Amino acid sequence: MAFENLSEKLGAALKKLKGKGVVTEKDIKESMREIKLALLEADVNYKVVKDFIGNVSERAVGADVLESLTPGQQIIKIVNDELAKLMGSDSARIEFAKKPPTIVLMAGLQGAGKTTFCAKLAGFMRKKHNKRPLLVACDIYRPAAVKQLEVVGKQIDIPVFQMGTQVSAVSIATAALEHAKHHGNDFVIIDTAGRLHIDDDLMQELEDIKAAVNPDEILLVIDAMTGQDAVNIAESFNARLEISGVVMTKLDGDTRGGAALSVKAVTGKPIKFAGVGEKLSDIEEFHPDRMASRILGS
Amino acid sequence: SAFQSVDEELFEELEETLIMADIGVDTSVYMIEELRTRAKEKHITDPAELKIELKNVISEILMGQDSVCHLEDSPSVIMVIGVNGVGKTTSIGKMAHYYQSQGKKVILAAADTFRAAAIDQLQIWAQRAEVEIVKHKEGSDPSAVVFDAIQAAKARGADIVICDTAGRLHNKKNLMEELAKTARVIERETGKPASEVLLVLDASTGQNALIQAKEFANAAHITGVVLTKLDGTAKGGVIIALSREQNIGVKFIGVGEGIDDLQEFDPKEFAKALFPENEE
Ligand SMILES: Nc1nc2c(ncn2[C@@H]2O[C@H](COP(=O)(O)OP(=O)(O)OP(=O)(O)O)[C@@H](O)[C@H]2O)c(=O)[nH]1
Ligand SMILES: Nc1nc2c(ncn2[C@@H]2O[C@H](COP(=O)(O)OP(=O)(O)OP(=O)(O)O)[C@@H](O)[C@H]2O)c(=O)[nH]1
Ligand SMILES: [K+]
Ligand SMILES: [Mg+2]
Ligand SMILES: [Mg+2]
Repeated sequence: MAFENLSEKLGAALKKLKGKGVVTEKDIKESMREIKLALLEADVNYKVVKDFIGNVSERAVGADVLESLTPGQQIIKIVNDELAKLMGSDSARIEFAKKPPTIVLMAGLQGAGKTTFCAKLAGFMRKKHNKRPLLVACDIYRPAAVKQLEVVGKQIDIPVFQMGTQVSAVSIATAALEHAKHHGNDFVIIDTAGRLHIDDDLMQELEDIKAAVNPDEILLVIDAMTGQDAVNIAESFNARLEISGVVMTKLDGDTRGGAALSVKAVTGKPIKFAGVGEKLSDIEEFHPDRMASRILGS
Repeated sequence: SAFQSVDEELFEELEETLIMADIGVDTSVYMIEELRTRAKEKHITDPAELKIELKNVISEILMGQDSVCHLEDSPSVIMVIGVNGVGKTTSIGKMAHYYQSQGKKVILAAADTFRAAAIDQLQIWAQRAEVEIVKHKEGSDPSAVVFDAIQAAKARGADIVICDTAGRLHNKKNLMEELAKTARVIERETGKPASEVLLVLDASTGQNALIQAKEFANAAHITGVVLTKLDGTAKGGVIIALSREQNIGVKFIGVGEGIDDLQEFDPKEFAKALFPENEE
């Protein structure tokens, strides 16, 4: 069950409520303030925190809670419930195309971890789902981006389709599909250049690639260390591309990773994978429950 | 009174703006308290004036730190460090161009021998900036690259050696130790610690940046920050907390992916940019 350990990990914020036979509105207010601070310090977006605290408070001050025998426990349960609602509960999976190949388009800000994740996903799909992936080098801007994808592809023996940097990303993606069909690649992963969500030309490029290859998945790659801006990033990419899911990278660090909650809250899209290291085997399916515990801290 | 309640709302709104800029709860609360005190002392009643005062509070914190690079030695060594993907290699390309344009002779040390195609990436930047690069094979010892680059600088009379390093998360003990070793090689070969140890921070980073700075400081004495990707919507406010809590200042900012997209840090401009323009 998701969040089953959470009540123990809520820490100081809820400790005071826990044993209480009588809980006043003042007690609740105090606890909510502490939860709010914990979430903000974990980089959950300010507006998301405000909504969250609003929802929890509203439920917590209800007569059925305050007049129950264990109001403290009830409130902890409400916090858990609302967090579960925010994060989503099940680990989401990749949707495979009915008619292969399955096409995955990666997108995200500069340095988020797209290229590395492309290779990780390829290895994962081959190992877990017996796929024959093809990596596609559509980053024609970053110095040595094509080479980087070739190097990581070679490290795990996955083919890389590239046409250098003088051809448009749309043309490369289109040609790669043809290549995949002729070579029996049933899982195509398109690496793209990092871009700012406010860069209109480059966002248009992604829309054009999407229109040209009609991907089954569009995954937004987000660095787990991202702060308050995560909502702007996620909202913008989702508005332009209608993403199908999110990848959180660099979760092997010690960040609380509140960005995960923010991104889920504003897009409603599931976080599907986590990057947990620089090695190409450092990929995990995402566990929302663990993330929630991590955000509030232990 | 009506006046008081308007003020309270305004203080809250300002606190929200600060937190949304990644300044963090502690420093935001500190600044708002400071602002309250000053508002009382100076009898500030005009909201616009209050905002100007807040910008003053911010730039004062930032101006308390050194924002200049000290490269008087020949060769001066700049070590560039930070977590993965923040913009180290790109910033080095820009800095190489910046100093080269001032007539300095610059050598780059390709001491990220780990990341796929990191050496090729730096090589391209060396070409763009028209500076020399010292590199070994992928997988070789980064300290050996730095050693060679310093020898090359001495032999060729170069002014500045800029060392790229592999991105690493600060909680990886062995990788941080590797960094400390590189720092020791610099000290041994030049007779003193690196002239500048620049921690690169991505402007979109949240509160984790504070831990990053603490941990990296254990491996090498950080002399300043390069704050990258300020061309996006992220404000990079965590550097205010960094200045206040850890006495580390910003020396350069990155505002794009081009070779000229590097600027000297201006505390006043930075403070101004934290607030939406239409509020001016
Ligand atoms: N520790 C850690 N490092 C990661 C992870 N994923 C990627 N990285 C590192 O993050 C850095 C950036 O990764 P890239 O894959 O090049 O990122 P990108 O999004 O393709 O970057 P651009 O193409 O420049 O936008 C590299 O140093 C990677 O090794 C992860 O899950 N954990
Ligand atoms: N928009 C923008 N992008 C930047 C800026 N600085 C760097 N980048 C981009 O960020 C990405 C990562 O930059 P790198 O220089 O490779 O970062 P790094 O810290 O060397 O990465 P690792 O060596 O993998 O740890 C690249 O796509 C750069 O073009 C900046 O100031 N603005
Ligand atoms: K990043
Ligand atoms: Mg890439
Ligand atoms: Mg680099």
